[in-house]
Amino acid sequence: MSTAIDISSVVKRYGTATALHGVSMEIRDNEFFTLLGPSGCGKTTLLRCIAGFEDVTGGEIRLFGRNIAALEPNQRPVNTVFQQYALFPHMSVIDNVAFGLKMKGVALAERRAVAGRMLEMVHLSDFADRMPAQLSGGQQQRVALARALAPAPKVLLLDEPLSALDLKLRQAMRVELKTLQEQTGITFVFVTHDQEEALTMSDRIAVMSQGRVQQIGTARDIYESPHNRFVADFIGETNLIEVDVTAVSGGMADVVLPGGHRLRCPAETTATGRHHLSIRPERLSLTGTGELTGTVERVVYLGTDLQLLARLADGTPFTVRLQNSARTQVPEAGATVGLHLEEGAARLLAD
Amino acid sequence: MAGAPLPPPAGGTGWKGLTIPLLIPAWAVVGIFMLLPVLLMVVYSFLTKEFRGGVVWDFTLAAYDQFFLNRGLFGDEPPVIEWTYISIFWRSIWQAALATLACLLVGFPTAWFIATRPAAQRTVWLFLITIPYWVNLLIRTVSLKFLIRENGPLNDSLMSLGLITDPLPLVNTNLAVQLGLFYSYLPFMVLPVYAAVERYNFALSEAAADLYAGRWTILREIVLPVVRPGIVAGCILVFVPSLGAFLAPDLLGGAKTYMIGSLIDEQFRGSQGNWPFGAAVSVVLMTMVLLVLLWQARAAARGARG
Repeated sequence: MSTAIDISSVVKRYGTATALHGVSMEIRDNEFFTLLGPSGCGKTTLLRCIAGFEDVTGGEIRLFGRNIAALEPNQRPVNTVFQQYALFPHMSVIDNVAFGLKMKGVALAERRAVAGRMLEMVHLSDFADRMPAQLSGGQQQRVALARALAPAPKVLLLDEPLSALDLKLRQAMRVELKTLQEQTGITFVFVTHDQEEALTMSDRIAVMSQGRVQQIGTARDIYESPHNRFVADFIGETNLIEVDVTAVSGGMADVVLPGGHRLRCPAETTATGRHHLSIRPERLSLTGTGELTGTVERVVYLGTDLQLLARLADGTPFTVRLQNSARTQVPEAGATVGLHLEEGAARLLAD
Repeated sequence: MAGAPLPPPAGGTGWKGLTIPLLIPAWAVVGIFMLLPVLLMVVYSFLTKEFRGGVVWDFTLAAYDQFFLNRGLFGDEPPVIEWTYISIFWRSIWQAALATLACLLVGFPTAWFIATRPAAQRTVWLFLITIPYWVNLLIRTVSLKFLIRENGPLNDSLMSLGLITDPLPLVNTNLAVQLGLFYSYLPFMVLPVYAAVERYNFALSEAAADLYAGRWTILREIVLPVVRPGIVAGCILVFVPSLGAFLAPDLLGGAKTYMIGSLIDEQFRGSQGNWPFGAAVSVVLMTMVLLVLLWQARAAARGARG
């Protein structure tokens, strides 16, 4: 698969503050690629560098092999869906959608036809002559999408486009966005702080924190094989347990769990000493005597699941997720339980 | 929703009974300070002039006749259109329009500059813009005259720099009147335009750039239409007082730059005055201003509808 955007060692500084510390990644053609991270991690800055609203301080961004540093935003074959939509308030819906085509010099009849098709695609054909202020948030969002797609860009940049919508609409739009991406074959670069959004839509995800890429991979990669503590903690729920690493070789580590039990597990680090182990709550089960022993503090009822909040002998808090079935035996608060780690449940993290 | 409508509140009307008494102050202000003077002006314009100023209570159309019609030196020839006053009006409109344009060309970039500074700096810039307006307009206009007169600082410094050999005759020219109007009313352009630009969402400019629009296209197609209400407000706030201004044309201009304001002013001075005629000129001026405002209101309504 060919590369759509090649980002190499991009640095962005604002005065003395550094927003991006040498970020590199390759975004493939026809890919739904997500930049995921908490606010302030640099994901929006990176998106704005691709769009051309910010100049990079160092490094290079190549779009289909071409360095785009010298191009103004209006010369880059990418379009953006803005977080607050940024619809032109003085233009009707159809004029908004046709604006990019008008700027490209497309004749009136053709641009109205294309804009009409775009509105059809986002199910807003009946709203062509409305003004943006007369639309609901979800409808404005679709207009923004149609407007950005109308000039048929090679890459579509989406800056948290769903964050202003309510939950139900957000969930519906996730599916629609993914379908739209598959239909059009356009490369989507999607920015979000919502890990669920990222996991459900993306082909690949770049997890960012403090201006650095922490991990790039598929949803399964970053959930099941998190590289470091930040990724393990940010994506889903996890138990982080400090362990002694006695030996590392060939990507596997020998570790000593609190309580003395020894374990061999995949490792993201090559150093011995004190490191953290990530264990997903749903990959643990209760037994009489397991690799770990803890005391139950609380049982939280979640409907489909039960959440067990426990603590190891050394005081490390711990969560276990149990499926809520008739056979599940639920321990009382205060009970001592053994915990069994399923095959491949534990992973030694880099810091 | 509950089934039955709520019963009316028991025992009385609360604030409701006080509606009319509470409205009295507002009515009084509008009535005494706006309607009454306008009515007085309209009535006076139909009265007969007294020779040493003042009026005689005989209703006549003489003032309007004098404004629009020429019946010859002795008033016995068949009436033709009197161009004297109409041309003064025309010149005033022209001067006011030019002043408005000059204020817009300087005011818009100024307002844009201020609105794009960090929030803390904006207050300082606005403050600096308003400082000169703490000084009385008459004093500022006279000062301007001193600045631009033949041996004033402007000509002196231009001559000492060797840019000119003879002083520029600026006083008593159209340019001087323009300068006076521009200087007097510039903040009335800057402030409303600033208010509009400050609310402008710069993501709109980014969105337009993202959709292949160049800088000038963004200004023309996005920025100007979106901040238009501020620009229209600024233009009206400069145009209307410029039209009736008399300090700048009186002090900085000469016979050739005579404007409506001076014409009206003259009618109420001592025994030379003609109160009904001054009132009639004012009524014509006010009618024109009302027409401008009406046009603006219609344009704004059209803008709101899209």
